[in-house]
Amino acid sequence: MSPVLLEKDQFVHGIWAESARDLEWQPGRPLNIGWQCSDRLCRLGLGEKPALLWEDHQGNARRYTFDDLRVLTDTMAAFLRDEAGLHPGERICLFLDRVPELYFGFLAILKMGGIVQPLFSAFGDDSLWTRLDNAGTAAVITQRKHLGKVRRARERLPELRTVVVVDAGDLALGPGELALDLERRERVERFAGLATDPETPSVLHYTSGTTGQPKGAQHVHLSVLGQALTARRVLDLGPDDVYWCNADPGWVTGTSYGIIGPWANGVTQAVLDAGFQSDRWYAFLEKYRVTVWYSAPTAIRLLMRDGTELARRYDLSALRHLASVGEPLNPEAVIWSREAFGRPFHDTYWQTETGAIVIANLPGMEVKPGSMGKPFPGVTAAVLDARTGEPVTAPGRAGLLALRPDFPSLIRSYWRNPDAFAAKFRNGWYLTGDRASIDADGYFWFVGRDDDVINTGGHLVGPFEIESAMLEHPAVAESAAVAKPDAVNMEVVKAFVVLKPGHAPNDDLELEIMNTLRRRLSPLAMPQEIAFVPSLPKTRSGKIMRRVLRAQEWGEPVGDLSTMMEE
Amino acid sequence: MNELQKLVRDYVVREYLEEGDTREIGLDTPLISGGIVDSFSMVSLKRFLEKKCALQIPDAEATPAAFDSVRTIVELVDRLGGKGPVG
Repeated sequence: MSPVLLEKDQFVHGIWAESARDLEWQPGRPLNIGWQCSDRLCRLGLGEKPALLWEDHQGNARRYTFDDLRVLTDTMAAFLRDEAGLHPGERICLFLDRVPELYFGFLAILKMGGIVQPLFSAFGDDSLWTRLDNAGTAAVITQRKHLGKVRRARERLPELRTVVVVDAGDLALGPGELALDLERRERVERFAGLATDPETPSVLHYTSGTTGQPKGAQHVHLSVLGQALTARRVLDLGPDDVYWCNADPGWVTGTSYGIIGPWANGVTQAVLDAGFQSDRWYAFLEKYRVTVWYSAPTAIRLLMRDGTELARRYDLSALRHLASVGEPLNPEAVIWSREAFGRPFHDTYWQTETGAIVIANLPGMEVKPGSMGKPFPGVTAAVLDARTGEPVTAPGRAGLLALRPDFPSLIRSYWRNPDAFAAKFRNGWYLTGDRASIDADGYFWFVGRDDDVINTGGHLVGPFEIESAMLEHPAVAESAAVAKPDAVNMEVVKAFVVLKPGHAPNDDLELEIMNTLRRRLSPLAMPQEIAFVPSLPKTRSGKIMRRVLRAQEWGEPVGDLSTMMEE
Repeated sequence: MNELQKLVRDYVVREYLEEGDTREIGLDTPLISGGIVDSFSMVSLKRFLEKKCALQIPDAEATPAAFDSVRTIVELVDRLGGKGPVG
């Protein structure tokens, strides 16, 4: 039985009922995110309104209305069901850069009843294979530049039947590989989408923990109630907005608030498929007259480096609301944004598992720079005493940040791993894995992680995955990966490596290990620094004590060392 | 392209360009804004330059703008007095 506790009454009365009414949904009726984000809006007369303003790094631009969105997602859904032979409930991976097909594919998969598995296209061979293997993925939708990685993974994935290439052109495709040229394909005007139950699995996002390989966070269609409402109430999205969310849909922000939240509200969104450059970003904000911008502290700190003067060279007068997510927003960034844009970034807090924002600085609320804000109405949050598991009442005292599991967007389980999900609960509270405190005014303040997971640039990276990949290197005997403080990314990965006999530390080896990790896992998981050490601190039972290494990096006390093995 | 520019170009193609990416990398091809090298991978590129050109690149100089093309990277190395390529 799922530890998530929802009552039907919740969607008849109270805050979630408001969202249900807005989405024209009633308990007991089917609910499908794909339909909500396209067909429903066309029925409301928004068919000619721009849904997606897309641009790539070369300046190529495309514009799609909500009616385009409806027809193109119907066309893609029909292709997936009728030509690719995919069935409801099967996992279908999107392994794409931020091309339009990524956004259409997301809704198309949901319309035909599939489970979307979006993966960051910079993932290397091992990261890709691990996630496809765990999900038992039936199909991958990709583009030719990533096809090599998908083909190599498929050699070891018997359940992966089909690979769809959206830009195949004249490329010779092999068995089980299909080309989909969406722009040239005959359009399907009406696809009979699956009338999914609200509890039908919708999206599978992989997230890292301290132990084991990443887990698939299993969302359901009902999550749209949370995503749509918070998009309006927290991000302040309204009918006249042009909205830009920087996040890649390989991560949960890029789907909950880069696809579902804005489009469920019929909001026009702009997408830039390009890497970071301050001037390019400002030019994009100016060109599309972006009004609401959802960004991340890492990006904001990179913009800060280039100064307010650069920001002032662009006409950013359309901007009216700024919000941030991914890691705590430092006070300096809030203050800087007031100088650069005339308004503060509003920090928001949530995670892959919560599916939607749970704690936030709401529009109009006094922003305390550095604070996470207050719980979103309808979400009950507390800080628990680690020993007793009871809520802490003393202001300012740090503890485990926990949530009552009674809001619609919380995941229902980890894919094929319900025990790991059950372990996230204590005394009827869902434990976020973060530590926080609450001040006398009810504002929440982030303290840090309660485990060894590394939050780099707003993305969680698990030490186990890095250490496992590192051990594959012929020179590495043992390793430990920990978080190291970083001025831009908050944390970056630092690896401690013990070499096998016959290998000596040198610059070539350091670079080789870094590049190996980047290719096998991802740029995020690549250690930004490697320390070659003669041994690693361990418990008497032989377990590596990452917390000792981490404490050294952060200049913190190392804590109880009574279980440490003596050299 | 001079010797150092070729060295950087070849390294970028070998290490960062996806195998199915058919883009030609020229002197001014945008590497960061073009999505070929991301801000995390800049660290390994920085290490490569430091090793090959026998110099230290201060973190403040290792910006997305400075690493955005083969030309700007080599200009940075020259400005910092890099010897490159060595070894």
